[in-house]
Amino acid sequence: MKSVLGPANVLDKPEDLLLYEFDGSVEKGRPDVVVFPHTTREVSEIIKLAARYEVPVVGRGAGTGLSGGALARGGGVMIVFARMNKIIDVDVENRRAVVQPGVVNLDITRAVEHAGLYFAPDPSSAKSCTIGGNVAENAGGPHTLAYGVTTNHIAALELVMPDGGIVRVGSTHGDAVGYDLCGLFVGSEGTLALVTEITVKLARKAEAVKTLLAIFETIEDASQAVVKITASGITPAACEMLDGWTLRVVEDYVHAGYPRDSGAVLLLDVEGLLESVEAQAAVIEEVCAKCHAREVRVAKDARERDLLWKGRKNAFGALGRVAPSNYVLDGVIPRSRLPEALERIKEIGKKYGFHIGNIFHAGDGNLHPIVLYDPRDAGQFEKAIAASREIIRACVEMGGALTGEHGVGMEKNELMGLLFSDTDFALMKRIHDAFNPDSSLNPGKIFPLSKGCGEIRIKNKETAGTQP
Amino acid sequence: MTVVSDVAIRLAGAIGAKRVVAVPEELTTFAVDGITPSVIARPASPEEAAEVVRFAVAEKLAVLPLGSRSKCELGMSPERYDIAMDMTAMREIAHYDPGDLTLSVDAGMPLRELEIYLKEKGQFLPLAVPCFESTTAGGVVASGIDSALRLQYGTVRDFLIGAEFVDGTGRLCRSGGRVVKNVTGYDLHKLLIGSLGTLGVITRVNFRTFPLPATFGGHLAGFMTGQEALRHANILENAGLPLANMEVLNPSVVGMIRAILQNAGEPFPAELEQEQWYVYASFEGNEAVVKRIARELQNIARETIAKCNRVLEITEDEALGGMLRESFEWLRWASPANLICRLALPEVKPTTLTDLAQSAESSLLKVALLVKAAGIVYFAVFADREDEESNLSLEKIASSVDSIARAAHGYSTILHAPLAVKKVAGTARIPANDRGLQQRVKLAFDPSDVFAPGRIVGGI
Repeated sequence: MKSVLGPANVLDKPEDLLLYEFDGSVEKGRPDVVVFPHTTREVSEIIKLAARYEVPVVGRGAGTGLSGGALARGGGVMIVFARMNKIIDVDVENRRAVVQPGVVNLDITRAVEHAGLYFAPDPSSAKSCTIGGNVAENAGGPHTLAYGVTTNHIAALELVMPDGGIVRVGSTHGDAVGYDLCGLFVGSEGTLALVTEITVKLARKAEAVKTLLAIFETIEDASQAVVKITASGITPAACEMLDGWTLRVVEDYVHAGYPRDSGAVLLLDVEGLLESVEAQAAVIEEVCAKCHAREVRVAKDARERDLLWKGRKNAFGALGRVAPSNYVLDGVIPRSRLPEALERIKEIGKKYGFHIGNIFHAGDGNLHPIVLYDPRDAGQFEKAIAASREIIRACVEMGGALTGEHGVGMEKNELMGLLFSDTDFALMKRIHDAFNPDSSLNPGKIFPLSKGCGEIRIKNKETAGTQP
Repeated sequence: MTVVSDVAIRLAGAIGAKRVVAVPEELTTFAVDGITPSVIARPASPEEAAEVVRFAVAEKLAVLPLGSRSKCELGMSPERYDIAMDMTAMREIAHYDPGDLTLSVDAGMPLRELEIYLKEKGQFLPLAVPCFESTTAGGVVASGIDSALRLQYGTVRDFLIGAEFVDGTGRLCRSGGRVVKNVTGYDLHKLLIGSLGTLGVITRVNFRTFPLPATFGGHLAGFMTGQEALRHANILENAGLPLANMEVLNPSVVGMIRAILQNAGEPFPAELEQEQWYVYASFEGNEAVVKRIARELQNIARETIAKCNRVLEITEDEALGGMLRESFEWLRWASPANLICRLALPEVKPTTLTDLAQSAESSLLKVALLVKAAGIVYFAVFADREDEESNLSLEKIASSVDSIARAAHGYSTILHAPLAVKKVAGTARIPANDRGLQQRVKLAFDPSDVFAPGRIVGGI
């Protein structure tokens, strides 16, 4: 590795590797070596070298992922794309940019905002997560409610396949010719190929934005409001909910102006032409009032808007102040079932003795229950996992899915059986094997390692690493 | 006993005689590119569809799933085609949650029926595709055909949230789900878009639905030259106004539209009497939004010195919008033999239009040009008879169009051509390494090549 990349681009000391053992999830997996390529060619060389020694390879961006997607579950080589961070080309006229995978999400927007453009997917980690990771996980964010997730904003990809071959899929303009390979690779969690160059679609900033904070006495009223806003046919650009407990934790830290004595707040953005924004805001205010909102505040200017959003965006930092650790879950339900889902989460929390906070993308039914626990207490951790499993099961029972934006990774691979049958797996496995036949890329992810889905097991490097 | 009825009898044994048709007259209506199947299977459930596929695998026969058959000429001719799988008997709405704006329907459900059903709840699917009256929900996915509402709502890829299908091993599979945001497992349902029946039998599709706009409007701007029209279109595209559709019509397209509307006794904008270039824009929203966009479009047309600058009456807009949704349909039947190329380009320049016109000049054939939103161009060439000479001309033109598209950093595909031309020209070219990946996808879905092999570009 050192001869290919130079010693400055390879880490192999245990104390260095330790840093790459974690990501944003509760999982663990230590690589044997970490490398930092600068070019597609180097990525290809590394993969070929790893293949020669039959060592698994896992790609990693900023390591902010929440499902263990960028962890070396089977050990091996970790390719960190941090140094492939160039914006190669910006075509303002045709609203496209070509970027390397290590470019930070928000930096794409920074590079094009002078022209009134931006990159729409905005995960909460936008300031640090990379576009390569976004593509691998098909990342979402608050504003994907109106604008779609990562896959809706990717035109073409350059990939390095597990045999080191370099290919391109998708087309800069128009649609796929033949099968939509780009659509397959986005969200494949690094299990089919490594992404080395991305052509993104840029969106045009809306003429007008209005940010509203709807304040409710109870979370039931707030969730009823979400159901009714959705049913009214309005698609806000974002519709986020913070429950009373969470908003107090956030308010104590960020001072965003969330009323500490409320039961829940909805943070909403409406965007578009001025005339449409005014009308949408009026309907939202009316619906919220009918759902017993105490008050609907409208941000007067950009400063007030930023402050309201600051609370949402820094929520996880705030939570870090009140418990040693938190486990952010990610499940999806049909939006019409939101009140019921929140009730179920509360009950499950009670059963396991946790307080479960809720701060989530209410508008698209993407729940993020947060379980606060102490990782030093093994019993608590086990219970947190069990509670999480029950919540995800409840989501599926309500007609939902396992994950809305965090990915399956090694967090939920054993739960896949809740949603998919053996024949579904058989086909997914054939697709997997068509591109990654030896499971040399990111082994131990997405597919259940055990037969069926009886137990969640958090495996470490010693016990994991083989594909079924 | 003939071979034909032999297959039919065995298939009837597998799924019941009621589901099997082998009447010669009916078989010919299922012909694709001149190839007539031996038997038609009309499954009433996903299990029956799976049974047909398993039967075909065991008997080494090729299956082609079909909806209303309105666009089955898309793609290459199948290398083998024994069993037509007619999906139109499966047409139930499996699930509709208006409060969640999600819908799950059987593949054979016609879009027209769906439209009526959704309208009751004030919702719709933004799939303004040609042959709208007959197209099925499964067919619109499998054909990957353009929708006239792309500019505002994107393509079917942007709101297909899940699918159920029978794979090439004859098993029922599912991908995605019924929620609007979902990253659980591979997005296999995206691969079904434009797959032309080569990956699986789509039995059910799940969509995100959209609220019907409160009102809508249309604007027409007329110009003497294509260059002026393109300039106007370019300004519209960059004006930051949300448009539902925008198309540039060349004079011969204008003439064709007028003739069809006139024959049908439908209202049409009087300006279409003038065979010049037009830019049509449609838009929707609440009353205030529609008024504002109409006003701004008129202002822009004043600046671009449009010869015609008019906000259309609702009835005119509906008629013209409907014609543009159906352009593929009337372009392909406009003459005994013709060629329709679809170009996808980063930007459409005036030189592209002149290059395209020139490509057909020496053949003396009439051409039509329609510049759709998002860099998509329909270029049609009409021959008044189909013979070797006209086919040769069309082949040459197809090849020039392909070069023009490449030179403009785009690509071109053939949507319609006489069979002989399609066989020579192919429907599109894809890069060699991409083709290898596509083949792997096909093999994974359909290991024994039971689904109409050869239909996808590159002969996959």
